[in-house]
Amino acid sequence: MKITLNINNRDYETEVKPGEYLTDTLRRLHQVSVRRGCDTSSCGVCTVLIEGKPVPSCAFLSYRAEGKRITTVEGIPDEASELSRYFGGEGADQCGFCNPGIALSVYALKQAQGPYTEANIRHVLTGHLCRCSGYHAQVEAVKRYLEANHE
Amino acid sequence: MKIKSVYKPASLEDAYQELLKSSKHVLMAGGAWLRLSNRTVEKAIDLGCLDLAFINDTAEAVEIGSMTTLKAVEDSEIVSGLYDGILPAALSQIVGIGLRNVVTIGGNVVARHGFSDIITPLLAMNAQLKFYDKGLLSLHEYLETRGKTTDILEKIIIAKVPSRGYFKKVRKTALDFAVINVAVTKTEAGFNISVGSRPSVGMLCETAMALLNKASNIDENLVDKAARCAADSLKFSDNHRGSGDYRRTLTEVYVKRGLLQLLDLEEKA
Repeated sequence: MKITLNINNRDYETEVKPGEYLTDTLRRLHQVSVRRGCDTSSCGVCTVLIEGKPVPSCAFLSYRAEGKRITTVEGIPDEASELSRYFGGEGADQCGFCNPGIALSVYALKQAQGPYTEANIRHVLTGHLCRCSGYHAQVEAVKRYLEANHE
Repeated sequence: MKIKSVYKPASLEDAYQELLKSSKHVLMAGGAWLRLSNRTVEKAIDLGCLDLAFINDTAEAVEIGSMTTLKAVEDSEIVSGLYDGILPAALSQIVGIGLRNVVTIGGNVVARHGFSDIITPLLAMNAQLKFYDKGLLSLHEYLETRGKTTDILEKIIIAKVPSRGYFKKVRKTALDFAVINVAVTKTEAGFNISVGSRPSVGMLCETAMALLNKASNIDENLVDKAARCAADSLKFSDNHRGSGDYRRTLTEVYVKRGLLQLLDLEEKA
């Protein structure tokens, strides 16, 4: 199937198989921040935003993304970079494999303008597995980042 | 699942006729669980283009379109107003927000997954299913049918009645499937009790419900008896998440807690 995907405000024409998932297509199109993790939609590392909503790209068929706005970390470099500074500051970072997925979920929360309560941050981060740093430092980092960027 | 081609129907009738043409034509809802199957399908009929994602609030009922995502149902204030919000509460415990933005309520119900945390509360809420060809069918009746469903689920209908509800999911880790899930509801018509992830699909505990609904006065002794009856009357099996005996024990405990909560009774220490 020949489709056109809008990734980070740029159109890409590509050929996909009917049962192909978006992780594979995006990586083929050099969106390498989109990582393959569990491949069963449980770990959150392959998260991208479709029309501003986080979805696991390993569970989203590529052809269904045609005509929709896809955002990867490559599309939000400033926000991702700033969030990573807060992660570093709180010791919430180690191997960084889970970070792109988390960055996009936090970006979606910021775009939706909260609520920025700890309970909601934990709710948003559920589904993002991290095997290095534990979760408390990440929650603290996200909380500080959102407080600093709250308009 | 290996998909050879995708068909985008223009209407429900178009999708239905395409489905009837071959046993190798299948309906596709959210598409999140395709990896669970190894089969090859000639044609996946995509229901995503048929305007089946909606939540309608009518005078008598709430109607949820089969292609509505779990997240949309979870966030719906209309659905939260039913049965003390047990359906959104159950949905909010399923993996992460991302997956809930993909999985559809109809796809989950029709697939009759044993691990479903959606079927159990819907059963206790007396949900009705509206199929394109067969028309209205209760979820309870649907679950009793066997084999492939050659029909299209249009919407799930939940009657708006004064009601209360209780839902409990027991799991070993935060993102895991349930070891057991229990829903208890109370309306003017009486109590409903359903138990799922046994590990087979959710089921109503009809004997326990009859015991409660025939009684003129419900005290804690009857609650104890009904909870035991619910645990004894259902079939439980072993899998890697828990044994059948463990599931039976949990069922008795949580059915009792659910009933006590809805009766505003305190559990004795």
